[in-house]
Amino acid sequence: MIRAIGLILSGDPEVYRIASLSLYTAGTGTLLSCTWSIPISTVLALRNFHGKRVLKGLFNAAIGIPTVALGLYLYLVLSRSGPLGSFQFLYTPNAIIIGQSILVSPIVVSFSASALESVDPELRDLARTLGASDLQTYGVIIKEASWGVILAVMAAFNRAFGELGIAMMLGGNIRYVTRLLTTAIALETARGEIALSIALSFILLAITVSVSVAVNLARKPTS
Amino acid sequence: MTGRISGPAMTKMQASVLIVVIVGVGAVAMSAYLVLEVPARQRLIVSTTTSLYETGFLDELKVKFEAKYSNLNVSFISQGTGLAIQTAMRGDADMILVHDPAREVQFLQGGYGVNRKIVAYNFFIMVGPSDDPAGIAGKSPAEALNMIRSAGLDGAAIWVSRGDDSGTHSKEKSLWKSIALDTKNLRRERWYLEAGSGMTATLKLANEKRGYTLTDIGSYLLNFNNHNIDLVRLVESGKSMLNVYSVIAGDPRNANLTKANFEGSMLLIRYLVSNEGQDLFANFGVKDYSQPLFKPYLKLVESNSDPELIQWIHDLAFIDGSECPDQYRYNAAGLYSMQLTAPVLGVAPFSVLREIQSWILSPKA
Repeated sequence: MIRAIGLILSGDPEVYRIASLSLYTAGTGTLLSCTWSIPISTVLALRNFHGKRVLKGLFNAAIGIPTVALGLYLYLVLSRSGPLGSFQFLYTPNAIIIGQSILVSPIVVSFSASALESVDPELRDLARTLGASDLQTYGVIIKEASWGVILAVMAAFNRAFGELGIAMMLGGNIRYVTRLLTTAIALETARGEIALSIALSFILLAITVSVSVAVNLARKPTS
Repeated sequence: MTGRISGPAMTKMQASVLIVVIVGVGAVAMSAYLVLEVPARQRLIVSTTTSLYETGFLDELKVKFEAKYSNLNVSFISQGTGLAIQTAMRGDADMILVHDPAREVQFLQGGYGVNRKIVAYNFFIMVGPSDDPAGIAGKSPAEALNMIRSAGLDGAAIWVSRGDDSGTHSKEKSLWKSIALDTKNLRRERWYLEAGSGMTATLKLANEKRGYTLTDIGSYLLNFNNHNIDLVRLVESGKSMLNVYSVIAGDPRNANLTKANFEGSMLLIRYLVSNEGQDLFANFGVKDYSQPLFKPYLKLVESNSDPELIQWIHDLAFIDGSECPDQYRYNAAGLYSMQLTAPVLGVAPFSVLREIQSWILSPKA
């Protein structure tokens, strides 16, 4: 345990590189996912259409999709002999970003849809009465539910940041290229370097917790 | 989320949005740093075995090789040999570095690989608890397995198998087969456990269960010196415990492998059989374990110091009397002729004849 802390404090550049790559893939993956997940959640929450309940159910169910299963399917798709093989994404950080963005989409969609639905319907009517267009109305509602949406994005980031299956299967845990905190922990444990594993897991936990705390601090005074 | 939020709350919310944005921007900035640091180097993906990877040999190989060929960026994907070969067959690796001759032949015959070279060897060992309940210390591998099984059936011993289709697993299966036992049946018996994971994990499982297992010497020393395990070496060397590592380039003529980095693969193969590459094998681990973890094959042939061992390697890992028959060679200029400088006449004249023959017949070889 003491060795583990020593390793963190020693400031090994490779450890920082691994941690920053983890932040990069999870951050980019989550933001990428938002570009489609937030619009989907808006439509899902604020529009009425046939099959809406079924679709919502599907997104809710997909929250728990096992990362190894998703990793396997994407592996087959991104493989050089797969349909998207020509992009040569497999075993690059891009592959991990794509995988994580898909993995966290159901989280963003479901959680933000609930947040948006919980906005008082009167607000919507009010905006309409004041002459807002559909898009403007959605804007008002998203603004009102922004805290819930931020929480959804946070949860998504944490899921992406801490997952192992996709990073391992699509990234391949290549040193200096696709080695993330989670895959490094798996490897160092397999190598028997327990102290290093513990050190890396502390960093993983510290980042996860501090991101959550930072966002919560920003909100606390108003609640 | 009541939906009733006052004015100042919005500014707090904006603050939290700001934090998220900062985190995002920071991440993107770091990405730029990571991407820019590696200016358009060619990737060379090598799928390889866990034993080479876990010992750290490949990290050293990467550093030394890239120092020489700075335009290449070598990526090692660590898998069991079975999966490593699958990965290459799909076209997701440019070359393989493995230790399972039978499956290497299939890889070549399937038209996936060319230019196989044997690069290194060592021996598997059987390890177990120091009280050695089955009493296998110093026995031959075949005797030892028989004793472990009978002790196992009496409930006195446990055997831990890799169970992951790796090269070590293949070796284990062939050892059981040599005493007329099929692991398909053994796995149904209570004393026979399958770890389904890499060598270190398997050793640790064996350590916890006080069981016996088969391991490559490198993985064993690594974990023993790290105090991960206290299993002791009980059965060593002998022809049937030989472990031979080969390297094979993906065949760029194969439809799955048209994008494979063939030139890069050939550079790494040539490096591994060069003096420098062979020295890397000879020196790795000497400092920590006072013995090399992987012994250089070409050095052995060159010195011809142990004809019997060379013969063992031929028997185990040669295909039709050659490390790579003609039909599996492609643009291999000079790669095989260099062996002519140090033939093992007297030991395997047939394979040498094949070498000479191929050298004369094929202008490129």
